[in-house]
Amino acid sequence: MTDDHELDILITEIFDYHGYDFSGYSRASFKRRIDRIYQLDGFGSFEEFLSRVRFDRGYFERLVEEITVNVTEMFRDPSFYKVLREEILPALRSKPFIRIWHAGCSTGQEVYSMAILLEEAGLLSKALLYATDINQSVLETAKQGVFPLSLMKDYAENYRDSGGKKDFTTYYFANYGLAKFDERLSQKMVFSQHSLVSDGSFNEFDLIVCRNVMIYFDKELQDRALQLFDDSLSRLGYLALGTKETIKYTSVQKKYEQLRNEKIWKKIN
Amino acid sequence: MEENQLSAPRYVVVIGGSAGSLDVLLQVLPLLENIEKIAIVIVVHRKNSDDNILEELLRMKSGLHVKEIEDKTLLKAGRIHVAPADYHLLFEKDQSLALDVSEKVQYSRPSIDIAFESAAEAFGQKVIAVLLSGANSDGTDGLLAVKKLGGIVVIQSPVTADVPYMPAFALTHLVPDHVLAPIAIADFINGLNGGF
Repeated sequence: MTDDHELDILITEIFDYHGYDFSGYSRASFKRRIDRIYQLDGFGSFEEFLSRVRFDRGYFERLVEEITVNVTEMFRDPSFYKVLREEILPALRSKPFIRIWHAGCSTGQEVYSMAILLEEAGLLSKALLYATDINQSVLETAKQGVFPLSLMKDYAENYRDSGGKKDFTTYYFANYGLAKFDERLSQKMVFSQHSLVSDGSFNEFDLIVCRNVMIYFDKELQDRALQLFDDSLSRLGYLALGTKETIKYTSVQKKYEQLRNEKIWKKIN
Repeated sequence: MEENQLSAPRYVVVIGGSAGSLDVLLQVLPLLENIEKIAIVIVVHRKNSDDNILEELLRMKSGLHVKEIEDKTLLKAGRIHVAPADYHLLFEKDQSLALDVSEKVQYSRPSIDIAFESAAEAFGQKVIAVLLSGANSDGTDGLLAVKKLGGIVVIQSPVTADVPYMPAFALTHLVPDHVLAPIAIADFINGLNGGF
């Protein structure tokens, strides 16, 4: 198991050799991810691990993938999607153009969920979904829109719980244990590498979705990310976070109004 | 705000349970008194839902300050913190609680092992880990970590557990500091404050 001192060294080395800054990550989560990979890959000593991280680019990429948790599903927390379907998308209907940013999109399940909601609301044609992640390899998966077929049963159930009325199987083609989502959905998506730690705002959005990403950040980095979202949201735009996240006690709070007790905030000035 | 008046807890009691543990909690929590120097954290396996029925129930029955943990909630003495369904719970040294949606461990999220291990790493000897009734082997690895880092390990006596598998499994892997029936667990926690 790594100790605090070793973690500090690792964070410094990663930054010096690869330019990724993990100093603002929640320490307990970061430590757990590192301990896990250290154990899985059977390193004999911390020095051996460190040297691999420094010089083996491929290994470093695997490390990043392991540190940045990529567990996601379609229509995760169906009640959240129900609110999007029933309240948020109708509020955006009058816009000539709808821009949505999925920050920390991982393998893209939430982006495809959103595209389905937009299509069912008749809004997909005037929408554009920007999906970003720090990790290039998950973006490749997201771009393909190909997920294990075995997950579709759970996804279909979530979809129904979110208020979906269609036959969920009409959204994908099944083949050899895989489900490929219809390209009419991915046509409206733009995938790009972006770091909430070091990159800035790149567009103005009507809705920013960043769920269960900032839970891995410490308070300071959370503030940075929230400021970035604030800079990137149009007036009356919406910010959607994970079910256990909040903007309470942060500097941007006063500019936002929470939608009842949902984890959705509207920018009011 | 009241937030600032509460000092860091002297002890962190982490209670892990699965099938059959709710009844034990409903028995133990109402018996607690003088816990103003102790922070209590409950990590139970439960179905993901939007409601706060568990928190409501525990609050009603115990009369204590019971709240579901959100991202970076601060650990407070005198309070019962309840881990949310479908997130792992981690402890930071600055007393904040971190959530994590990484893969399930032993088919569980929250994983009792992860919570115990993380509490032990953050708070060492201040940790009291209590393992209750349950139908799987979650918790044992976590108890080993707590023991190794100087904390106190308490296991519900399997004969008093509705589903004895989980405490019995732990008992085959380690020697706890105490094996206790529910009422004795409450007495033990109450006794922590008097110890100083």
